[in-house]
Amino acid sequence: MLGNYAVAEGAIAAGCRFFAGYPITPANEISERMAQRMPEVGGRFIQMEDELGSIFAVCGASLAGKKAISATASAGYNYMQEGIEYAVAAEIPIVIVDVMRQRGENFPTQSDVMQARYGAAGDHEMIVLTPSSVQELFDLTVEAFNLAERFRNPVIVLSEATISLMREGVKIPTPEELRVVNRKKPIVPPSEFMPFKGEDDLVPRMSEFGDEYKVLYTHNPHDEWGRIAWTPKLYEDLYNRITQKIANKADEIALTDTLFTEDAEILLIAYGSESRGCIEAVRKARAMGIRAGLLKLKNIWPVPAKAMTDAARSSKKILVPEMNTGRYFHVVKEVLGCAAEVISIPKNQGRIHSPDEILQEIRRVI
Amino acid sequence: MEHPNLKYIRGKKLPHMFCQGCGCGEILNTLLFAIDELKLDMTKMVAIGGVGCSSRIPAYLDMYAIHGIHGRNLAYATGVKLAKPELKVIVLTGDGDCGAIGGNHLIHAARRNLDVTVIMDNNGSYAMTGGQLAPTTATGLYTTTTPRGNIERPFDLCKLVETAGGTYVARWTTAHPAALIRAIKQGLTHRGFAFIEVVSQCPTIFGHYALGISDPVKNLEYLKTNSITKEQAEKLSPEQLEGKIVVGKFVEKNLPTLDDAYREMEHKATGV
Repeated sequence: MLGNYAVAEGAIAAGCRFFAGYPITPANEISERMAQRMPEVGGRFIQMEDELGSIFAVCGASLAGKKAISATASAGYNYMQEGIEYAVAAEIPIVIVDVMRQRGENFPTQSDVMQARYGAAGDHEMIVLTPSSVQELFDLTVEAFNLAERFRNPVIVLSEATISLMREGVKIPTPEELRVVNRKKPIVPPSEFMPFKGEDDLVPRMSEFGDEYKVLYTHNPHDEWGRIAWTPKLYEDLYNRITQKIANKADEIALTDTLFTEDAEILLIAYGSESRGCIEAVRKARAMGIRAGLLKLKNIWPVPAKAMTDAARSSKKILVPEMNTGRYFHVVKEVLGCAAEVISIPKNQGRIHSPDEILQEIRRVI
Repeated sequence: MEHPNLKYIRGKKLPHMFCQGCGCGEILNTLLFAIDELKLDMTKMVAIGGVGCSSRIPAYLDMYAIHGIHGRNLAYATGVKLAKPELKVIVLTGDGDCGAIGGNHLIHAARRNLDVTVIMDNNGSYAMTGGQLAPTTATGLYTTTTPRGNIERPFDLCKLVETAGGTYVARWTTAHPAALIRAIKQGLTHRGFAFIEVVSQCPTIFGHYALGISDPVKNLEYLKTNSITKEQAEKLSPEQLEGKIVVGKFVEKNLPTLDDAYREMEHKATGV
């Protein structure tokens, strides 16, 4: 299956019934597939006039109770920051796919890893998933919906031109095998319902347009009843809750795979398509007697810090290969820089490191 | 004894934030009369605003509401109406919100005949931010960003919506409350894209600085004396129409809505 199709099928499997998008390469096959599939499953598809229209249509559909997604590529993702900011503040569960591409051209890149986290204005946390294969595009799109519904926050599937246009085998789980999470509904009558009061997990319950709860959604400071209100303490409490509901669960959200990390002296930390070459490089290094290991990140935000420190327990050197100028390296250095030497391995030529190139870097730092 | 329409206000909480004599209060009031006369179910309605004075009206309505991002009201509305077509959606917006930053969404929502009612408060300026030039500001007027007079031509948004495909288009002013209530009722019962422009006063900023009229009553008199009906306007030359506000109903027709068209396509695809 084509990578972009796997995103569409993953969304449908997760219960998504609304898509709004605007044409952009290399994300087009997601909207084309959704245009075909949405009417078949009782969903709604619309091609909007621009990416701003798309992201806000997705917000509107989610408030009306539908699981909703939009897909775009880097240049279109820029526009969507406005809606992501709103969805954070009004706590609207939505999923956005950003198929990263180089500026102005469709060459592969991983250069949006910081924008995916920090692009929107205002205080926020972001959940960003980084698939490395067509199977993971399917699985992580399902997971993106589960996380969005659980945390009432936008979740970004950070795809890449490499995998979005790649064809690989995909095992589609049966509905029984699939874990699908839905937003928590109110359990008290409208007069008692506080739509922005977090429960123990700091996430409020969510009603939907058409029921009797008549909630006001705003990105202005608002109290737990949803009333627009401004006091310095209220503002601080609101954004502490909105950020901590995710930051506190960073280790629980963490999605990682490990390969020979138990005794790795040299540890590779990679995400997305860059992790593909690392697997073979580590195996080759082991065959040569080098104690190399790999920590593959399937989510890069919130930072899976515990997974990093666990994997790096016996490591003296950490290599961070990336298909950009070396962006996420800084994050790894912040987590592990005191315990080990963290080395950036950037390659910014529209292609991932080959296993031999990674191996060469491993041998260089021994 | 409370006002009979206070029950439609969120939490019955007044006063609102609008300046004394502001047209937004009148738009809120006329909308409540229309809702009351039509006996609409407030739980099946959604009010959507962007940013600006008029976009704060949804926050006062006792129904689901989106106080949204500047200009994006019709994009939210598209998602809401596709997801739940049975809901009645009212968009409360201003001339800057839907004529400038949200202009593209306005054009395409009208083209799709999205089944929503848009009430656009046209006060001729950006009032909330201090009275800057709006796309509707008359040529020659002085605003904070046209210190030597406006060199641009004002935008007739009713004509824009008519051309783009809106199926109900009307313009009234805050000095015509009875006609305005009637138009809002027609808009709310119309199936398709209904656009009602309300030329309105801003005594605090635009009236005071650009027109030199600070008294709300004199602002209303200004609107009333400068208004002519569509029928009267047809007999006048472009020169005679200069500075006049043409009021009346410009379009009313029935065409399939976006949801109608989607359902038909869905039916052909699935037989359901």
